[in-house]
Amino acid sequence: MSSLTIRNLRKSFGAVEVLKGINIEAQAGEFIALVGPSGCGKSTLLAMIAGLETVSEGEIRIGDRLVNSVAPKDRDIAMVFQSYALYPTMTVRENITFGMESRGVPKPQRDEAVKRVSALLQIEPLLGRKPGQLSGGQRQRVAMGRALVRDPKLFLFDEPLSNLDAKLRVDMRTEIKKLHHRVGKTTVYVTHDQVEAMTLASRIAVMHQGQVQQFDEPQTVYDRPANMFVAGFMGSPAMNFIPAEVGTDTDGKPAVSIKTAGASTTMLALHEGVSGISTRNVILGVRPEHIFRYSPELKAAKPSIAKVDAPVEMVEPTGAETIGFMRFGDLEVVGRFDPDEAPRMGETITLGIDMSHACLFDPITKKLL
Amino acid sequence: MADVALDRAHDREATMAGRRHFASRVIIYALLTIFAVIYLVPLLILVFNSFREQPEIARNGLIAFPRSFQLTAWADAWSTYCIGGTCEGMRRNFMNSLWMAIPATIISTMLGAMNGYVLSKWRFRGSDVLFTLMLLGVFMPGQIALMPWAFILGKLGLTNSTYGLILVHVVQGISFTTLFCRNYYVSIPDDLIKAARIDGAGFWRIFRKIILPLSPPILIVTVIWQFTGIWNEYLFGVVFTSGREQPITAALVALTASGTNVRAYDVMSAAVLIGALPPLLVYFLGGKYFVRGLTQGAIK
Repeated sequence: MSSLTIRNLRKSFGAVEVLKGINIEAQAGEFIALVGPSGCGKSTLLAMIAGLETVSEGEIRIGDRLVNSVAPKDRDIAMVFQSYALYPTMTVRENITFGMESRGVPKPQRDEAVKRVSALLQIEPLLGRKPGQLSGGQRQRVAMGRALVRDPKLFLFDEPLSNLDAKLRVDMRTEIKKLHHRVGKTTVYVTHDQVEAMTLASRIAVMHQGQVQQFDEPQTVYDRPANMFVAGFMGSPAMNFIPAEVGTDTDGKPAVSIKTAGASTTMLALHEGVSGISTRNVILGVRPEHIFRYSPELKAAKPSIAKVDAPVEMVEPTGAETIGFMRFGDLEVVGRFDPDEAPRMGETITLGIDMSHACLFDPITKKLL
Repeated sequence: MADVALDRAHDREATMAGRRHFASRVIIYALLTIFAVIYLVPLLILVFNSFREQPEIARNGLIAFPRSFQLTAWADAWSTYCIGGTCEGMRRNFMNSLWMAIPATIISTMLGAMNGYVLSKWRFRGSDVLFTLMLLGVFMPGQIALMPWAFILGKLGLTNSTYGLILVHVVQGISFTTLFCRNYYVSIPDDLIKAARIDGAGFWRIFRKIILPLSPPILIVTVIWQFTGIWNEYLFGVVFTSGREQPITAALVALTASGTNVRAYDVMSAAVLIGALPPLLVYFLGGKYFVRGLTQGAIK
């Protein structure tokens, strides 16, 4: 049984089509992240699930019920807004109970629910305060409390962490994950932050230009991105895209040749399993963490490592790792290095590229080969 | 050593800056005082004259420091002075104005709040056009509506009645009250409304529980604006009512025009001041919100 089904969903504002046929299905208890750059339609999609935007075409089902034209209050959903949307003139307690009051839940039951939720979120001392007297993190908690208190079928989060400072954001992220484990409700979570999506979601829908580019488990989205957009969007620093030509290496195995320093080219053997690529020109996609300083020991341990020489143009130490920028022909390629073996500026480094993780894309359709 | 020298130089500069600051303050306050005096002198003359005896005013002129004192002018103006044949003073007209301005203010403010709520938070196809059309009312001079109103009030049988004037002022005021409230409500985040809709609140519950509690600043502005506007309005009052039904503005003019004997400047002054008291009172009570409310949204 799936608890949220979206089928061929379309949305147009006048002549502008914002969503172009969305298909997403969430199992009960699943945590779905909608991720994409701003303007990709993810917030519109969430608003449509909530019933705040009308459906132009297609269908939305919560549980088995078609909710296309059901009012937001009758969809049995709760939503946490980016701005928190706490009612400024009400106390925290009143904010949390407003929904129950609107639905005519008797007072003893309301008090019971407030007690349960405020204990869960540790906001008991704040119940008498107004939102204006709370810090950002506290408001965030209250906003979640207001959503949790109703015990809905579906939780909707609209970029709930983007107004918090970096440290608090990481803390709250962990807390949302714990909370989801404890409550176990189906959740749809909109974010533009791919790290949030990766850490929280059981499945990620990557959206771009009103379409779902890929809908899969986080590791699959990361390792086997469906196209160059997904590959470039997920992961930071972004995946390197290197134009390459398919051929065979000296052993007759399939390989790609790429331009390296100066006018020279280097053949990189492809890992086994890659075969039957008909196009001659491809885009080689390599994540920065699969580029490192070459050593014979590594090669011995992992035969899929290919060897490339490249001049180092720039180095950015971040503490835990050092980001190096190398020149491959007329391209700049980014690698993530262990600080102990970080490249030095101006050095010509011998790089190892782990080809077992490399992706090949069609340069025209941009799709994964 | 170097530190000390540096400190001194710094100090001298700070002192200079302080002096310049002080000088500019003096100039600003002097100018403000001059303008305030220019503005307040007519009021002061009125207040003086309302307490001076009529013969003394006649002897020393209208603009002079009081040399006599009496309270009778206020009593006369309130209850006995003759205006156009009836000798009941301003009392009845004052009450007319109250009975006109209070309901008209309340009704037009409430309608404006609801209009503003709908036009900002429940937009529909054509709502912006509708709002623009309502805004035209702000720029439309009242006299344009004089003939149509005469026709409507005649049809409704509301000529020469306070109810007729209430209707006129409510309708004439809706443009302003809607403009004020709509512009204020636009700055209330839409997310609040969305959250309330998901929370199960409907149109009216959102208005009562979320919008109205956030509204006092703009409602105070609107009430002050409407009350002073309606209280001080003259044209509709003088055209659509006469005699005992006139609001105080029309009666004041009748008062200055009536009387065959010497002009009673003392009574007239008192009458004018009586007529000016309610708006002043409203402004004193809510003035600080007025300035704040009009600039609301300009600064976050």
